[in-house]
Amino acid sequence: MTGKGALIDQMGVALVAVLGVAAFFVFPEDLGFMTRIAATALYVLSLDLILGYGGIPSMGQAALFGAGAYAAGIASIRLVQDPIVLLGIGGVVGGLVALVTGTLILRARGLTLLMLTIAVGEIVREVVNKARDYTGGSDGLGGVSAAPVFGTFRFDMYGRTGYLFALTVLVIGILVARRIVRSPFGLACRGVKEDPLRVVALGGRPRRYLIVMYGISGVFAGVAGAVTAVTSGIVGLDSVSFSWSAEALVMLVLGGAGRLCGAIIGTVGFMTIHHILSAADPFRWMLVIGAMLVAIVLFVPGGIVAVLDPAIARFRKRAEAKR
Amino acid sequence: METVFGIVVDGIAYGMILFIISVGLSVTLGLMRVVNLAHSAFAMIGGYTASYAIQSLGFGYAGALILAIVVTVLISLPLERLLYRRLYGVENELPQVLLTIGLAFMVVATMNIIFGPTLKQIPLPELLSGPVSLGPKIISAHRIFVIGMGVATILGLWALLEKTDFGIRLRAAVDDPKMAAALGIKTETLYAATFALGSGLAALGGVLGAELLPLEPYYAIRYIVILLAVVAVGGAGSILGSVAASLALGILDTGAKYLFPNFGDFFFYGALVLILFRWPNGFFDKRAA
Repeated sequence: MTGKGALIDQMGVALVAVLGVAAFFVFPEDLGFMTRIAATALYVLSLDLILGYGGIPSMGQAALFGAGAYAAGIASIRLVQDPIVLLGIGGVVGGLVALVTGTLILRARGLTLLMLTIAVGEIVREVVNKARDYTGGSDGLGGVSAAPVFGTFRFDMYGRTGYLFALTVLVIGILVARRIVRSPFGLACRGVKEDPLRVVALGGRPRRYLIVMYGISGVFAGVAGAVTAVTSGIVGLDSVSFSWSAEALVMLVLGGAGRLCGAIIGTVGFMTIHHILSAADPFRWMLVIGAMLVAIVLFVPGGIVAVLDPAIARFRKRAEAKR
Repeated sequence: METVFGIVVDGIAYGMILFIISVGLSVTLGLMRVVNLAHSAFAMIGGYTASYAIQSLGFGYAGALILAIVVTVLISLPLERLLYRRLYGVENELPQVLLTIGLAFMVVATMNIIFGPTLKQIPLPELLSGPVSLGPKIISAHRIFVIGMGVATILGLWALLEKTDFGIRLRAAVDDPKMAAALGIKTETLYAATFALGSGLAALGGVLGAELLPLEPYYAIRYIVILLAVVAVGGAGSILGSVAASLALGILDTGAKYLFPNFGDFFFYGALVLILFRWPNGFFDKRAA
């Protein structure tokens, strides 16, 4: 990983951790909101793995997120309460759903694939909606509760533990994701994105790479769902909705797809604007998102990261010149 | 027997609406290679315009229908010139998906800010609102009208593509855009005309189908999924494929809702996955317009 984007990626993880902890002290009133940002960032990161590194335009990522969220929620009510185990359950279920559906749908390409990801999302939503006895249907699943983390840190009503828990999971998630995308496997996936035919010629198996990457993305999305379930105590039907899938796409592109820090920056930017504007009429907010999307495609195809990169490169050049 | 008859009539009417709206989407995809997620937004603009024209401006049904088509085409042309044209020939579908879904969001928001976030009605004229007895069966006149308009649209498009100069140029451009341009066909004008035709038909379908696809605040986003399904199943750029897919999905969806009211969507999307699994490129992927 050399080139102009390397520095922002290296500093990224430390920066997320430092800023995240700083925010804990600066905005003690907004911990609930910031917890949602951290969990959502992990969710958008999962989409980045499959879209930015695998080239699959998925509009059904919420299916994987929701599967993890409901699995963790149901498990906490019926089986176990340990938050780490619940995250594991969410990740495994999200990953399994991704592997099964990925095997089915990743034969297709282009519009058909896009359509299939939407269809998978709708089917999962329908299953969740109908399995009322387990999921609460359209009323949502309430009363999700988790035992203290490591048996010591209770989830308090101010959301302090919840926030630090979500932030820790996010930081670990970024580290793992970075390891994956830099591994030979991650590079092979990027090769499939650029030119599947050449990967075949080199002896690779594009479809198998993509299915595995889809499964990994499912694990991330499932863990993100589980974090949301554990920290908020509820799982709603909106966590498997089409609009939640679409919003992930908007956040990722706003930040910059194909870059891990893009997912984080996009989520923070999008959710902060949403938080500020949410008092306004929802349709004005929708107008803003729409205009933002059009503007990104027309003027800054790389997202916010692409705007930041040259600035950071200049900064680094100046730092080197001084030395 | 009554149920089967009801399903078939409603399913065909629904399928015709899907066809009228989605054929423009299919041709845009086949000709310009653009996945237009804002296509249902044009149907929404048409429907909202007609509703406003009838309820607030005192237009008749036919007048409102024509006004809706004209307004929609007039809105779509500058969009084609300023936004869509940049997407033609872009290999990656992601920018297309993003730009057009952004546009769909903007249309939904604008419509609701202007006309208010309520369900819009398009009152039918007396001629279309009553039942008609057809032998021993009784059908609503609106359904017959919709099916008739659908058949007229199919025949009209067929004549346009097979019998006119425009149709010949269009088919040539779908088959090989570079060669068509080299032979002196003005592809830019052709693209704009096709786009206008597609959005006009979407507006027509939006108005005609107001009873089957209700004009609700999130219309453009809710129904784009089923339109994409039609195009994916039918095969991009194939009119015959669009007809077959529209009717198949129309009847399938209606049947699923009649027979399994609790599991309608589940059944529909399940069938969709199976169809696309078997025919990943749709029923007809000859890329012939």
